[in-house]
Amino acid sequence: MQVFLDQLWIARFALWDGFLLTVQIAAASILFGTLLGGIVGIQLSYAPWWLKLPFRLYVDIMRGTPVLVLILAAFYIPSVAGLSLGPTQAGILALSLFAGAHIGELLRGSLQAIPPGQAEAGRSIGLTFPQLLAYVLLPQAARSALPPWINTGVELIKGSSLLSMIGVGELLLKTQEIIGRNFMTIQFYVFAGILYLAINIVLDQLGKAVERRVGQH
Amino acid sequence: MDKQQPLLAIRGLTKRFGTVDVLKGVDLDLDRRDVVSIIGSSGSGKTTLLRCVNLLEEYQGGDIVLDGETIGYRSANGRRHRFGDRELSRQRSMTGMVFQSFNLFPHLTAAGNVMLGLRKVLRLPKAEARAVAETWLTRVGLAARADHYPSQLSGGQQQRVAIARALAMNPKLVLLDEVTSALDPELVQEVLNTVKSIADDGATLLIVTHEMRFARDVSSRVVFMEQGRIVEDGPPEQIFGAPKNQRLAAFLRNTRH
Repeated sequence: MQVFLDQLWIARFALWDGFLLTVQIAAASILFGTLLGGIVGIQLSYAPWWLKLPFRLYVDIMRGTPVLVLILAAFYIPSVAGLSLGPTQAGILALSLFAGAHIGELLRGSLQAIPPGQAEAGRSIGLTFPQLLAYVLLPQAARSALPPWINTGVELIKGSSLLSMIGVGELLLKTQEIIGRNFMTIQFYVFAGILYLAINIVLDQLGKAVERRVGQH
Repeated sequence: MDKQQPLLAIRGLTKRFGTVDVLKGVDLDLDRRDVVSIIGSSGSGKTTLLRCVNLLEEYQGGDIVLDGETIGYRSANGRRHRFGDRELSRQRSMTGMVFQSFNLFPHLTAAGNVMLGLRKVLRLPKAEARAVAETWLTRVGLAARADHYPSQLSGGQQQRVAIARALAMNPKLVLLDEVTSALDPELVQEVLNTVKSIADDGATLLIVTHEMRFARDVSSRVVFMEQGRIVEDGPPEQIFGAPKNQRLAAFLRNTRH
């Protein structure tokens, strides 16, 4: 135990950097994914079929592809096209596209679950479609989409560990590097696992707190 | 505005759902302060007619003119073009609608429900919108419930908030679509009383109802619809006392107990 604690002390900065990067990658991905998913969900719910089609295709491709494949694609394809993305940027791109598809689909579900009378009532007082969305439909959809949205955040924290495959120095890669120096495999993997678990428990509790606040009525 | 011109003029209105003709040429005029009740069996097209006036449904033929303005469509080169979102929204704000199932916004308080249109459509400042909302909630007897959410209100109270929400927009015409059909029997009267009092205050109302006694009490005219047409139109004494149309007489026999 003493040996492990000594090694942990030596590795503290590396682990902290990895932990921080994991949180940052997940945060950036959920931010971009939510923006993208917002557009996708609205289009899937209200656009005419020809406009809906590309969004449907995007969602189905993203949801039908392993996240690791998306990450590798985001890392290698842009460089072929002459775009140079760093591994972290490529990773955030892949996770954002993945999250955008999931959030788009869950927003679509939430929007379509709103009784049609809500839109009619909003229309009847003279709201335009953007106003109807902003003040009547999205607030209601957001409420029911919140728990699965938090869940997407948890998926992104876990999914970010796959970025170690393209050399992003997030928590898992840092852990592997540390293990490469001290060979304390079990101890440090368990420690990394506990860190992932801790982030996700915090996220989960945060979600529950927000849910309690907005879900009162 | 020409005093002689009716507030609402519906001419030759036709509406099809797929292959079913729901409205087969409806003509109806309403003057200011008229209270017109539409009665008829379900499927006769009453609700569809209201929804066309509020532009919630598209229609295939005929015209609806509200206060001199053709609603929903403009004609160019003999073809009809439905207005865009912005214009339809502006025209919808000229009419208020109260729905069978209330349709209050569950995420907003009673005052919030009334204020939404005042703030976003009429663009009143917040304090002013709040004052108008409170005036209307007081008017429907719910001043003390202004900060309650719909889920904390009874059905009758929710419907009265919905009436306040529609009336607060100061519409030229208010459409009431079976506003008591979803209520428990003991809550019907409070809503009918509210409608009666806004009618007495001079609002122009077009009402679809199954409450015959209420239609008789509140209406200046009653219209009987049957299979997508208006078959009888007259003062309540005539419609209920001396119906000319056979089907109307049969309908009244079946609804009276």
